[in-house]
Amino acid sequence: MATCNTQPHPVARQPETRVPILEFKNFICERDGQALFRPLNFSLSPGDLVQISGPNGAGKTTFLRAVCGLFDDWSGELFWQGQATRTPGYEMCSNLLYLGHQPGVKKSLTAAENLHWFFGSHGRAFPGQVSEALAQVGLSGYEDVFCHQMSAGQMRRVALARLYVSSAAIWILDEPFTAIDRAGVRNLETLIQRHTSKGGLVILTTHQPLALDGVRLVELTPQTEMPE
Amino acid sequence: MTQAESLSLRRALLAGLRRELVIAFRHKGDLANPLIFFLMVVVFIPLGISEEPAMLARIAPGVLWVIALLATLLSLDGLFRSDFDDGSLEQLVLSPQPLGYLVLTKVLVHWLVTGVPLTLLAPVLGVMLQLPVEGYLVLVLSLLVGTGSLSLIGSIGAALTVGLRKGGLLLSLVIMPFYVPVLIFGSGAVKNAIQGFAVGAELAVLVAMLLGWLMLAPFAIAGALKISVRA
Repeated sequence: MATCNTQPHPVARQPETRVPILEFKNFICERDGQALFRPLNFSLSPGDLVQISGPNGAGKTTFLRAVCGLFDDWSGELFWQGQATRTPGYEMCSNLLYLGHQPGVKKSLTAAENLHWFFGSHGRAFPGQVSEALAQVGLSGYEDVFCHQMSAGQMRRVALARLYVSSAAIWILDEPFTAIDRAGVRNLETLIQRHTSKGGLVILTTHQPLALDGVRLVELTPQTEMPE
Repeated sequence: MTQAESLSLRRALLAGLRRELVIAFRHKGDLANPLIFFLMVVVFIPLGISEEPAMLARIAPGVLWVIALLATLLSLDGLFRSDFDDGSLEQLVLSPQPLGYLVLTKVLVHWLVTGVPLTLLAPVLGVMLQLPVEGYLVLVLSLLVGTGSLSLIGSIGAALTVGLRKGGLLLSLVIMPFYVPVLIFGSGAVKNAIQGFAVGAELAVLVAMLLGWLMLAPFAIAGALKISVRA
């Protein structure tokens, strides 16, 4: 892949410290004073691929949002490279790529404009060529097509094109396979595998079976029994 | 070179400015909305109140200012709404660049596409309301500066209410008190000009308010948006 950065990630380039990138201690998300799941204790190092699993409503999305600093109502401790953090700071933000349920693709902009803005809003020039990035997600020739003319899957693909060119070490993907066809899913799985093998870190949720090696499963178990 | 060094705030601001301008000009209906409202009300006023020139000339400064204010208010509700709905706002919050500066580009574009056109339209509507000739220059100057404050103040309210399903009413209630001084000094300046008094003080206060809000608003908007996104 021409556009992909082949150098190891800056975060991964610190083998002497052995400090995990992210560490969770007694991490709980709450809604209306109720803990959503049992306290989580685990740490993540470069090259980890973590699947957050649990039934609907277990708090998977909330957990991912809390890690990114998009959800405030959590207790416990979160360490970023050994330092306790509440909301991600500059360094974490510039190494983080979050893809939520709403992918942040503006319908009145074209695919190319959306991608340019995404990297621009971080203060980056677009890494590589937009046409190549779109070709990676099977949208070659769609650079100047308005996103409101695209299908749901194609709009997701525009958002996914960020992954192919991003140099962020940490990917937090909330249901990345939604509305993506089978070939697209295979393509994305290859990309995720390559990212972790280069020392990247991927946290994702999905209800699809993953054809990936070395997936660490983190199960969110409800704190209390569901009300009848 | 590490990644952090290659990031540039200037690039982020330019990207934001470019995007907002492109979006604004692709939604031409939203662009025309406040202007049509402004025009409509000014047409209705002589019909509804009095067509007598002396009467109209007396109320014109206040009426023009009040309608400009309401037209701005009308355009504010959607300021962050679509970004909130499609997830762009989350991505903006996650940007390593300071959110306050990033959203300032949004406010600037809001002013460019509502405040500036309203200011340019106001003299034309002034003619329809028999505004005395001494008032035009001050009307344009006061609106140009005043609408800047209105956009900044309104953005704080829009940011606070974007997460609420029916934030429109609350938005008006939240920002109304802060609009009052702008209105008083704005219409006061035009009245003074018509009566032949000095207007320097009023205009200076309007500029001071603009600068004050320009310093405060980025922090307030960023804080409010973070609350809305994290709720």
